[in-house]
Amino acid sequence: MAAVETTGSGARTIDWSSDEFKKRRSRRYAADRRLQYYGIAAIATALGLLAILITSLVMTGYTAFTQTMVSVQITLDDERIDRNDVFGANWRNIVRDAFKAATPGLETADERAYFAMFTNNAPFLVRDRVVADPRLVGTTVTFTIPMADPVDQLAKGQIDRSTPESQRRVSDQQIAWFDGLAQQGMISRPFNTGLFFNADSRFPELAGLAGAISGSFWALMVCFFISFPCGIAAAIYLEEFAPKNKLTDLIEVNINNLAAVPSVVFGLLALAVFIGWFNMPRSIPLVGGLALALMTLPTIIIVTRASLKSVPSSIREAALGIGASKHEVIMHHILPLAMPTILTGTIIGLAQALGETAPLLLIGMNAFITSPPAGILEPATALPTQIFIWADSPERGFVSRTSAAILVLLGFLITMNAIAIFLRQRFERRW
Amino acid sequence: MNMLTEASIEQKLSPMKNEPRIKMRGDKVTVHYGEKQALFGVDLQIPEHQVTALIGPSGCGKSTFLRCLNRMNDTIDGCRVGGKVTLDQEDVYDPKIDVVELRARVGMVFQKPNPFPKSIYENIAYGPRIHGLTKSKAEMDEVVEKSLRKAAIWDEVKDRLSESGTGLSGGQQQRLCIARAIAVSPEVILMDEPCSALDPIATAKVEELIDELRQNYTIVIVTHSMQQAARVSQRTAMFHIGYLVEEGPTDKMFTNPDDKRTQDYITGRFG
Amino acid sequence: MVSYAFALILLLTLVAYFAARRQASVVGRSVGASMHSRPTYHGFNAAIWACAPPLIIVLVWVLFQDAVINRMILGLFDADRIAAMSSAERSLLISEIRQLAAGRQFGTPGEDLLAAAQTLNGWTWLAHVSMVVIVGVIGALGLVLGVRAIAPRYRARHSVELSLNIFMVFCSFVAVFTTIGIIASLVFESIQFFMRVPASEFFFGTRWEPQIPIRADQVAGSGAFGAIPVFVGTFVIATIAMVFAVPIGLMSAVYLTEYADVRVRSVVKPLLEILAGVPTVVYGFFAVLIVAPLIRDFGTGLGLSVAPRSALAAGGVMAIMLIPFISSLSDDALAAVPRALREGSYAMGATKGETIRKVLLPAALPGIMGGILLALSRAIGETMIVVMAAGLIASMNINPLDSVTTVTVQIVTLLIGDTAFDNPKTLSAFALGLMLFIITLFLNVIALSIVRKYREKY
Repeated sequence: MAAVETTGSGARTIDWSSDEFKKRRSRRYAADRRLQYYGIAAIATALGLLAILITSLVMTGYTAFTQTMVSVQITLDDERIDRNDVFGANWRNIVRDAFKAATPGLETADERAYFAMFTNNAPFLVRDRVVADPRLVGTTVTFTIPMADPVDQLAKGQIDRSTPESQRRVSDQQIAWFDGLAQQGMISRPFNTGLFFNADSRFPELAGLAGAISGSFWALMVCFFISFPCGIAAAIYLEEFAPKNKLTDLIEVNINNLAAVPSVVFGLLALAVFIGWFNMPRSIPLVGGLALALMTLPTIIIVTRASLKSVPSSIREAALGIGASKHEVIMHHILPLAMPTILTGTIIGLAQALGETAPLLLIGMNAFITSPPAGILEPATALPTQIFIWADSPERGFVSRTSAAILVLLGFLITMNAIAIFLRQRFERRW
Repeated sequence: MNMLTEASIEQKLSPMKNEPRIKMRGDKVTVHYGEKQALFGVDLQIPEHQVTALIGPSGCGKSTFLRCLNRMNDTIDGCRVGGKVTLDQEDVYDPKIDVVELRARVGMVFQKPNPFPKSIYENIAYGPRIHGLTKSKAEMDEVVEKSLRKAAIWDEVKDRLSESGTGLSGGQQQRLCIARAIAVSPEVILMDEPCSALDPIATAKVEELIDELRQNYTIVIVTHSMQQAARVSQRTAMFHIGYLVEEGPTDKMFTNPDDKRTQDYITGRFG
Repeated sequence: MVSYAFALILLLTLVAYFAARRQASVVGRSVGASMHSRPTYHGFNAAIWACAPPLIIVLVWVLFQDAVINRMILGLFDADRIAAMSSAERSLLISEIRQLAAGRQFGTPGEDLLAAAQTLNGWTWLAHVSMVVIVGVIGALGLVLGVRAIAPRYRARHSVELSLNIFMVFCSFVAVFTTIGIIASLVFESIQFFMRVPASEFFFGTRWEPQIPIRADQVAGSGAFGAIPVFVGTFVIATIAMVFAVPIGLMSAVYLTEYADVRVRSVVKPLLEILAGVPTVVYGFFAVLIVAPLIRDFGTGLGLSVAPRSALAAGGVMAIMLIPFISSLSDDALAAVPRALREGSYAMGATKGETIRKVLLPAALPGIMGGILLALSRAIGETMIVVMAAGLIASMNINPLDSVTTVTVQIVTLLIGDTAFDNPKTLSAFALGLMLFIITLFLNVIALSIVRKYREKY
């Protein structure tokens, strides 16, 4: 008999337990499960990609947190160093002689390849230390000097000794020398403090993030001191005072759209207006911070308005009822209550600004600068632009430096977000 | 046809005694929302082809009980149902029972009309289509027309079946939702305060409709309005803070209730 | 010198505040309880008087000082000689003089330059000193006025609140100024560009070779500014990104809102948000380091020729960035569908899957479309991923395995290391920027209005 029957009176009876309906139902459930599997597959893909991203950065980056160093005794001979002109001594030869002494029987023809194992800047490192402390002249001091990038990679096992010599960046001879040095106990691999305390350098073994971190710090300071007060003031006006008219509508539409304008356009704005029209210098954190402030402003305004809105009107009315002026109500009651949420939003906005790269590139914060900036008016790079510079560098050693720099940047972002989450959980009220 | 169990054969015979067959039965039904218990051991029988009204003050558990009958409580997180609810002697909470089938057999109309944001035609066709009740477009057209006719709204919408269901007036929307429920030929229709969002004229139309539908369907209606319960129902059950206080034929409940609370509620002393 | 000015202003402000507050309480005590405003307000009022005018002066001064002095320096030279120079030569001359003034000497500069540098130093010193003096005088004047205004009936609170209002209105307009600044700078520089390159070439030309020779003997392209290949490349990469991101983002939102239980949701959602918080420069590096070689090896394994900077790699990585964006906007759209519709569908005996496909997704469609448009606008405007992973050469092809370039890549490469806005090469970046701004603005306006309408509906 059919699964659906129409009886004489026009009412239909349906035999739900018939085979036809059973089959149909199992098909429907299968479709339901399929949809569910698509969802799981989508989430697994997204999370898998996140895992690959993080793992690959950690795998390539962790090695840059240590640096292969050679400890070499250097005799700072009175004869070779004039105490009155420490700077002008022939540091190159002094250092080279010390290196030579570590590997006896070095042929003159091999010297070039031998010295290439140590960082090119070794003489300057030694010089700067002696200049800073001239009492060292006349003594023998052990200096710990970074090894050049290929040797560093050899020591970290990133260069495979079994590959043919022609395809390796370190020759058999250099490997032998390196093993010799290692046998004498001259090689060490301490934590790479240079990564945090050196400025940028053309040599991977010396390049560090000090300049980028302080550049980012100054730019974020400018960004914060402009966007935070300005954002709050604008939000208070729009939320509490502004009459509802065409003009305020325009401002509102403007803010929403500004939040979605591509960041590179803010870079063009900063380039044309601040640098082109106002003649501000290129590459300085002040201009970078201004561009970031204009980008962060909409975020802060939107967050602040939402948190002002969430303060219940009973508090407003209570304060107004005892004769406080509207300004006093806002300054004494509403704003303090809304502040945790505003701070949370601001920190998240600043974290976004910290990762922003394109506008900083356009205003020239990707210059090669070998000393950290001392203020907002000195040329600087920033963390993300430093990552961009290093990612673009041809030297192999910069690959792991780049990943390490990214890990440092992510570390800052995670810290900022953790503070934001802490603030939210600790201070946010639910009305 | 459904499998005829022994019990149901017995029931098939019982109309001789002029007693209506029991379509659904609640047996010591309890409901917890998380920690909070909302229903305490409710026993209630719902006779076939009659209108059973569930009344009581707000928050008394009448809607909760109604939602147990077609397992709509399953869709709420943290809701647990205890006891037993049967439809034609089958336990609807039995794991073997298919919720999809159950809800097709026990339809529901909600407090606020909730037509889908689709055309009127598609609103009605939705149920038959997902359950595969029709084989052809012609058959579907017929089901749509019949359902709309039964819900007494055909004349008002027959010329604009392709317009959106959300464009109708509140009363029309509610009758559309009733038509939507009818379209899958349910055996029971649950109505959760179907008139509370409607004006008096629309309410009157829906009440009239409920009385007609009783011919073919078993109806359970939750209502706030005593007059409505009196007008449309044959049996009435009175709930109070999660307990079933009293149930019986509507005329008896309204003229000579056994329980003091029922009397107080009906005469308007609380609620 | 600027810091002296700021220090002076700070000092005057503090003095004004405390002096006025004291004065007000003295006056208040002498007249009893009938002061209109509390002493603090008088203090704030005087402080504002003492700091606002000089601050405005300092800012304007700092902004325009260099420009004014530059103009004056150029005036030192022969007017005909200056008139004959291009703006690049002029700025070169200025920077040479400024280098000299700062004591950095390269080679042997001419006598006139040395003299100009000396004059410049003199003027700069004069300008700074006069700025500090003017700031001091005006600040002191404000202080005196602020303190002298104190009287029992003086409405200091109203005055302070008025200043606050002016500040707040100004801040509200910063967003408008920003937009005006964006439009003005883009339009102004684009006009310069279109004066040099015909608009018809830019909009309809199919060759994009902006590297024009700076010296006559240099080997470079002849300079072609047909933007179509750049737009095609942008379109290709954005499409690839959307093709991957939309289904993954949408399906994960469906799963998270409808199927996942609270615990799964509370773990997975923050994890997805991490993807959204990763800076794009990181994605760019990821594309170069991992994804592009992987795709290349895979393609070569299949016997396909894959460019090292394939559009697929850039678009694919961009998709990762867009997934959480689409997912969270779809999530909002699905969550906004009223519960009543879900219940209506379940009560008909629909399965979850049927409810999602036939009721929820159609009902949430406007919100989801709005989200997709916003994501598309992001894909088009995204810069770092493509700068690092996409090609530099504009080519008219839509093969995802080939290398294409995008609007943002061109903007960045054209402007890196170049400041003179007087040749079509750099100006073309602004023309591209204007197009980018218009396109993304258009998408955003549509998307935001769709989303807003949708919110009103429910």
